[in-house]
Amino acid sequence: MQKAWRRGFPLYIMIAPGLLYFLIFRYAPMGGIILAFKDFDPFVGVFESSWVGFQHFEALFAEPDFWRLLKNTLILSGLNLFLFFPAPIIVAVLLNEARVKWFARTVQTVVYIPHFVSWVVVAGVTVVLFATQDGGINKLLADNGFSRLEILTDPSYFRGLYLFQNIWKEMGWGAIIFLAALASVNPTLYEAAVMDGAGRWRQMWHITLPALRTIIVLMFILRLGQVMETGFEHIYLLQNSLNLAVSDVFDTYVYRQGILQGEYSFTTAVGLFKSVVGLAFVMIANRLAKKYGEEGVY
Amino acid sequence: MNKRLGTKSDIIFNLLIYGLLVLSLLVVLLPFLYVFFSSFSSKSEYLSRGFYLFPNEWTLNSYGYLLSSDGFLKAYGNTFFITIVGTLINLVITCLMAYGLSKSWLKGRGILNFMVLFTMIFNGGMIPTYLILKELALIDTYWALFLSGAIAPFILIIMRSFFSNIPEELEEAARIDGCNEWVLLFRVVIPLSLPSIVTISLMYAVMHWNSYFTAILYLNDSNKWPVQVFLRQLLLESDSSMETHIGAFEYGPPVKMAAVIATALPLLLCYPFMQKYFNKGMFVGSVKG
Repeated sequence: MQKAWRRGFPLYIMIAPGLLYFLIFRYAPMGGIILAFKDFDPFVGVFESSWVGFQHFEALFAEPDFWRLLKNTLILSGLNLFLFFPAPIIVAVLLNEARVKWFARTVQTVVYIPHFVSWVVVAGVTVVLFATQDGGINKLLADNGFSRLEILTDPSYFRGLYLFQNIWKEMGWGAIIFLAALASVNPTLYEAAVMDGAGRWRQMWHITLPALRTIIVLMFILRLGQVMETGFEHIYLLQNSLNLAVSDVFDTYVYRQGILQGEYSFTTAVGLFKSVVGLAFVMIANRLAKKYGEEGVY
Repeated sequence: MNKRLGTKSDIIFNLLIYGLLVLSLLVVLLPFLYVFFSSFSSKSEYLSRGFYLFPNEWTLNSYGYLLSSDGFLKAYGNTFFITIVGTLINLVITCLMAYGLSKSWLKGRGILNFMVLFTMIFNGGMIPTYLILKELALIDTYWALFLSGAIAPFILIIMRSFFSNIPEELEEAARIDGCNEWVLLFRVVIPLSLPSIVTISLMYAVMHWNSYFTAILYLNDSNKWPVQVFLRQLLLESDSSMETHIGAFEYGPPVKMAAVIATALPLLLCYPFMQKYFNKGMFVGSVKG
């Protein structure tokens, strides 16, 4: 017993800085959640501030803003789940089916690139392309006698633009995991199918897609666990005073009302609501994944 | 039937596959090319001419403006500093902890692993984290950026599983030769793990280079802002308000494009090196994270 601890001693020293990081920057904020049940007074500090029970939550659920935040979050997540989700699968199937390998590799290299640029750069490219006066797309429209589109400011374009940016940035990178699944398909299956007279369509339908089924279901479940995560930077950079009604989500609301306006207690409650719902989704997703015979995520 | 091309339906299939691949290639590439070529355009040509990809008149004025403006160079320098120091801190803390946790015989390992995992599915939220950093007087210092993200849990897990795959016998041999854990880590384990250490360094470096939100959250002092924040400020200035800045007025929208290119450039230059590593599948774990 004593010996095991002694043998481990240098390892505990190695773990210590990391452990401190987790305790101070990850777990101490979890303790800070008590703020959600207090009325924070910056002059007396977190511990001395008075308790208010569930008052902030009652205020939150009574707030019309709350339903707007929830609706926006669910709509954007829905777009991700149902319309973004197929994009990487399609890219992977296309890359797999292309028999000219140098061409497939070139496309693969290029479609990975946007994953590595920041959301600010994506926002920059978006502004340069879609600005109403000088944007490339609007210039093109104007040249051909069409009227200009207010893509960046008209709220009705926001959700489409959000989805398109997501697809543009992540479809290539997201394909990696599906490509990995396809790489393990035994090539003799295709050869046998050719012998049996199956054309390319039937090979795709009966070999390629079934090979992806397990990973597709698993990835979908994992995404389901991320319903509350719509990407803070992504949305914040696309947000402006004109599209706030459709673009405001929990994170951007907490940042605006909490950090900028100083309503610390109330926004801690908003953040806690989001984290708890998020946790519930992850747990449901994990249960589903296990039921499906996968290892789960934790 | 042409044997090489296959049946008619196979030809249609191929047309569809290659057509869609070319389409996705263009959708990804064209916006970059548009921004790239237009950044060499003059303001007058950009504003007066309709849509074009290649400018008639090529100029480096936009880049000249960026290089002559204090704000840009300062922000660029800040980002380099944040990326280099931040990544070094990440590496040291992550590798030490991952190595410690990779030993299956270590007492308390289960609890520690669970502690790491739990932070991936639950967090205290933005406000409590911000208040902790404020309490520690880290706001407006680079320590806020370095320490608040000192370990990315999924990278720690990648590194831990890598370390635990190093054969036990190798370590036993080193121990018999009288190595203690520290010597073992620095003389045997780390040299053996260099490829994965390079990989996680790149992952951390990309995170630091691209991070925008932590900077606006924790840094109020505009002298400390990284280039991502600078770029964002530049993009927000509408072209009419740019006219108030005497310098930017002369160059107009192409300055924005030059700034986009300059901000993305280091990553695009590193990209071929990164590719070598993520093709090996090490990066796949990051997709799940």
